[in-house]
Amino acid sequence: MIWVIIIGMALVTVIPRIIPAYIVDWIQFPDWANRGLKAIPYAALGALIFPGILTVIPEKPYIGLIAGVVAITLAWLKIHVIFVVLSAIITVFLLTI
Amino acid sequence: MDLEEKQLIKMQIRDGFIAGSPIVVGYIPIAIAYGVLAKQAGLSLLELTGMSLFVFAGAAQFMGAGMIGMGVSAMEIIIATFVLNFRHFVMSLSFVNQIKHYAMKWKFLLTIGLTDETFSVSSIYKKQVSQTYGYFFYGTIMLTSYLSWVIGSFLGGVLGDVIPETLTQSMGVALYAMFIGLLIPSVRKYHRIAIISLSAMFINYLVSPYIGQGWGIVAGTIIAACLGIFVLEEEKV
Repeated sequence: MIWVIIIGMALVTVIPRIIPAYIVDWIQFPDWANRGLKAIPYAALGALIFPGILTVIPEKPYIGLIAGVVAITLAWLKIHVIFVVLSAIITVFLLTI
Repeated sequence: MDLEEKQLIKMQIRDGFIAGSPIVVGYIPIAIAYGVLAKQAGLSLLELTGMSLFVFAGAAQFMGAGMIGMGVSAMEIIIATFVLNFRHFVMSLSFVNQIKHYAMKWKFLLTIGLTDETFSVSSIYKKQVSQTYGYFFYGTIMLTSYLSWVIGSFLGGVLGDVIPETLTQSMGVALYAMFIGLLIPSVRKYHRIAIISLSAMFINYLVSPYIGQGWGIVAGTIIAACLGIFVLEEEKV
């Protein structure tokens, strides 16, 4: 039964992922639609960051928020993303010990 | 294939590996946590690793394993997975548009590996699209992420909680920090992008308590991207 669930989960996950590979070919998007598609990564990043970041330590949402501010500051100073990630991890670690 | 071409492929693979490394840092502790939870929920090592191998979707696997543990019906679990992962359809639409001129084989292989994280990294690194063998760059991002997810799940299932809890908790911020690290350079270059991202955050925050995490991200992404049609200028994105 668990394998039925796993295969089902796999299908409903992968089908929506691959359908665009087949439809984008035969749709000619007008300029405005292209602008919308190009905005999707920035919109998705926003939605993925917030409010999810508040749940890093669910009972202390401010810790995620502080780590987020640290990450924003370092990224703004053109620090490479891997060091931004490590700094955020250290921030949360120091705030929880 | 001559030496120079091999060199180009090697370079793309190396760059893909570097670009994907924050995902690996973020995935491994989460994958281990998933392995531990799935084991507790009653999945065998083969089943929990198999789920990572076939489904490759973090949040949905946590949910799925949890629901299996609670004895929820297969149909409910599969529908809930569909709802939670539907956001990848929207992301894939944008990514396929970015790699439009690639052969179908590559579009197929790359979209299979599309997650929140691989999509975010791949769509921020745009210049590889027009480079020779750029698909090796994107392919490497997908493959290293996938392998770290599968291996991490397996380790979680075998070893249990090997990482101390405070460290696991702290590493939970990794992927959020990566999203921030990807977004900020774009905002720095073109300030109007902030309008789109902040709107998506606000919309997701408002609606997700009512429609759930999956649809919240879908709604935030689509509505804010529509805003982008009016806010962004073609030549600047």
